[in-house]
Amino acid sequence: MLVYIIRRGLQSVVVLFLMSVLVFVGVYAIGNPIDILINPQADQQDRERAIAALGLDKPLPEQYWTFFTGALHGDFGKSFVHATPAISLILERMPATLELAFAAMLIAVVFGIPLGLWAGLRPNGIAGRTIMAGSILGFSLPTFWVGLMLIMVFSVVLGWLPSNGRGPTVDLFGLIPVSFFSVDGWRHLMLPATNLALFNVALLIRLTRAGAHEALLQDYVKFARAKGLTNRRIIGVHVLRNILIPIVTVVGLQFGALIAFAIVTESVFAWPGMGKLLIDSINVLDRPVIVAYLLIIVTMFIVINLVVDVLYSALDPRVRLTESKG
Amino acid sequence: MSALPDTVIVEPLATGAATETPLGRIARDFVTNPIAIFGIVLLLLVVLAAILAPFISPQNPYDLAQLDVMDSRLEPGSKALTGGTYWLGTDDQGRDMLSAIFYGLRISLSVGVASTVLALLIGLTMGLAAAYLGGRVETLIMRIVDIQLSFPAILIALILIAVLGQGTGKVIAALVTVQWAYYARTVRSAALVEKRKEYMEAARCLALPPSRIVFKHLLPNCLPPTIVVATVQVAAAIALEATLSFLGLGLPITEPSLGLLIANGYQYLLSGKYWISFFPGVALLVTIVSINLVADQLRDVMNPRLQK
Repeated sequence: MLVYIIRRGLQSVVVLFLMSVLVFVGVYAIGNPIDILINPQADQQDRERAIAALGLDKPLPEQYWTFFTGALHGDFGKSFVHATPAISLILERMPATLELAFAAMLIAVVFGIPLGLWAGLRPNGIAGRTIMAGSILGFSLPTFWVGLMLIMVFSVVLGWLPSNGRGPTVDLFGLIPVSFFSVDGWRHLMLPATNLALFNVALLIRLTRAGAHEALLQDYVKFARAKGLTNRRIIGVHVLRNILIPIVTVVGLQFGALIAFAIVTESVFAWPGMGKLLIDSINVLDRPVIVAYLLIIVTMFIVINLVVDVLYSALDPRVRLTESKG
Repeated sequence: MSALPDTVIVEPLATGAATETPLGRIARDFVTNPIAIFGIVLLLLVVLAAILAPFISPQNPYDLAQLDVMDSRLEPGSKALTGGTYWLGTDDQGRDMLSAIFYGLRISLSVGVASTVLALLIGLTMGLAAAYLGGRVETLIMRIVDIQLSFPAILIALILIAVLGQGTGKVIAALVTVQWAYYARTVRSAALVEKRKEYMEAARCLALPPSRIVFKHLLPNCLPPTIVVATVQVAAAIALEATLSFLGLGLPITEPSLGLLIANGYQYLLSGKYWISFFPGVALLVTIVSINLVADQLRDVMNPRLQK
């Protein structure tokens, strides 16, 4: 087990290092931020001073080395645009994204599992078929367009919910600003969270249905029925508990995906999270922020995958701990 | 967020009945499901609309001589100054949305199909190489595939766009990079199964050259599951391109795909001018759903385990 964790950990470090080189070299090879950042009327001297101030006059390997040693200390350089450290810009925006992702996951679990269970228990009923057809739609609908349509219906036509921003925030533990403590915050959260949740609702419906469908044919369910247990107890305890393992895994893995997909939702709803920061930064070629964001999210993914892998092999002894060859 | 789950692993096709070709059997089984027929008819209509766009569009939306700014942002069904009707309304430059959608479909479909074909070629080569050569090559290829598939497609695409910069070729490159791993994995798993079968052994005993064994014997038998994955992936590629374009990181403004049309209407949405975003979105949705319906049925038809 320990060897496995160490090996996976080392592999993660290599992936992270390669990613940092790729992202750094790539991002620094495109465009010239000076053209965007500096007043076009500035003379040559001012130009050179600005280039030197940003460290852009040094050779690329040296720039990478400065970046690499800085990054190890949590310093990704200062944003070209905001002139504040890139890392603090991202950390500032992170609670908004995490809040959105948590809310979306909550919606996905609250709606996805019961609907999937229903469809699995009555696969041929009208409700079951409708739920399954709906889940195909959930996979097919482009997220950003659904977001636009939610804005159109609930903000423009009905005027029920605000279409953008986060609303008032309250500091949790005096540190982390969150919006779910106020009614207005909830109203702001509702549309983006629903939008982000949609894909996962569809995914959980399918997973739960498949699991329930399979579990119902098992001997332990027949035995439970033979014992004369109530239907509610059979479903709620025997079936649900057995299908939860894959669901929990997927929920864990999908959380990372939610943070990545939040980029789209945040752009649609002008949600001030880190995804929107990334898009804004790409548009103005704010390199330190782009690199810092990409590396932070890649790190998050590597950690999530590592944790899920290790947990999985701990939970299920059948999973081989050696490198998979087949 | 419209990619289907990527674990579409289908058993390779069993040899068809002696009296009919495998293709014939697939076609016969395919039409047993009315929903699938609906899907393929819908898909054909979409493809026809894209191919025939210059002939069926009421106007050429990118010929400035045919546009009239006086006609901008008209509601669906409005009459044009020059006569004629804008059935789906007009955008901020007085473009007929219906024509813009036909032309947009052209771009969205061609980008989706082009990137899928390229990715398919790369994925097939890599998957076959991994399965046939084994050893270090296999470990290396599959490790890259595993690592890549552990990140969501949109993240990989965004990293690449941030790295490569923007432009049509770069979007296609990003889509290809996102997709090839799916094919490589599917082809490899199919090829590993096929490799152990007797006909492969027979081919080797006949001392056929390796290129002939791989391309004439192994490859055709790995195709059915790959085709299913490719169908799903065309839809995913189209959706991903639309998303990137919507974010302003995809195709340039000179290639107005459906995603760009939707992005263009975004700013008018809050003032109630829904049609500029709504109808291109419907076109995108119809395209994706029809492809997914066809893919769903293909998966069932090509899976011998489900045969009665």
